[in-house]
Amino acid sequence: MNLQLGLIAKKIGMTQIFLEDGTRVPVTVLAAGGNAVTAHRTAERDGYIAVQLAFGEKKEHRATKAELGHFKAAGVTPRYRVREFRVPAAVLAQHPVGAEVPVSIFNEGEFVDVTGTSKGKGFQGVMKRHNMAGEKRTHGQHEFFRHGGSIGCRKTPGRVHLGKRMSGHMGAETVTQQNLKVAKVLADQGLILVRGAIPGANNGYVLIRHAVKAAIRAGKNKA
Amino acid sequence: MSHRSPIIASIENSYDRKDIPEFRPGDTIRVHARISEGGKERIQVFQGLCIRRRMNGARSTFTVRKVSHGIGVERVWPVNSPRVAKIELLSRGRVRRAKLYYLRDLSGNAARIREKIGEYATKNDVEPTESDA
Repeated sequence: MNLQLGLIAKKIGMTQIFLEDGTRVPVTVLAAGGNAVTAHRTAERDGYIAVQLAFGEKKEHRATKAELGHFKAAGVTPRYRVREFRVPAAVLAQHPVGAEVPVSIFNEGEFVDVTGTSKGKGFQGVMKRHNMAGEKRTHGQHEFFRHGGSIGCRKTPGRVHLGKRMSGHMGAETVTQQNLKVAKVLADQGLILVRGAIPGANNGYVLIRHAVKAAIRAGKNKA
Repeated sequence: MSHRSPIIASIENSYDRKDIPEFRPGDTIRVHARISEGGKERIQVFQGLCIRRRMNGARSTFTVRKVSHGIGVERVWPVNSPRVAKIELLSRGRVRRAKLYYLRDLSGNAARIREKIGEYATKNDVEPTESDA
């Protein structure tokens, strides 16, 4: 299980930065300042260990009474996104309720995983959705250009196999992009610059976590 | 980039080069480019005619063309690249196009561009001062 502490962030957009030797680096800008700890989950009380973070300042009159009570108990202002991160007990102890988790938990050059909701594409055919080749456009072919071909046999099995790839809704699903390099951390502005593209549209909320594969290799993903 | 986020604008502006003089297509410029080879860095001077400026915020580039031993050579740099050590404006040219690709098909006297007399109005911030270095 992924036991890496992360942050909730807002995808601002993409740009590019220059390294000192002149290399251009494409980066996605993530605003992750203002992640506050709102609750703890402990093994004794809840059966698992996690830290609950809240992100994205929200006006008080937009919050429900239940939310207001929850944020008041933690001593933080209302936020838009609340999310739990499963962490080892030692990490939980470092982040008391009400405290802020700074973006400086990420350092330049480290690898991170970014989870977001991909852009919705609507109902799409098999060529766009599953990268099928379509059918030939010449040799007298007519009316069937973007179809997926045969979807099965005849009497045996007499049905279409479960999971046969067909057209349907595409996108708007949770996608994790693993092992992205942190190009820069601007701690005073609460910004993290991640090399490459991440899922979702601009102004969408994403989760940024230490790369789980790098952590497993370093033996740091244990409870 | 009409709807650029202010956060992205501030990041891109931090890479803006204030010490680059104004130059336009048709101008003859001298580019001092940093070249690193074999772990060593040196400055290579490339002098030629600016045939294109791509104005695209932080992604702006410019193209310089010269004819070297009878062979046309064009080099492209991002305007804000740290590999561009210095740009000198040698002379202005009188042209009626923004992109001077037609020069590629011309040679000799036909590829010459008439000189334009006078400086750019914003010349005062052209020379890099001690504080810029």
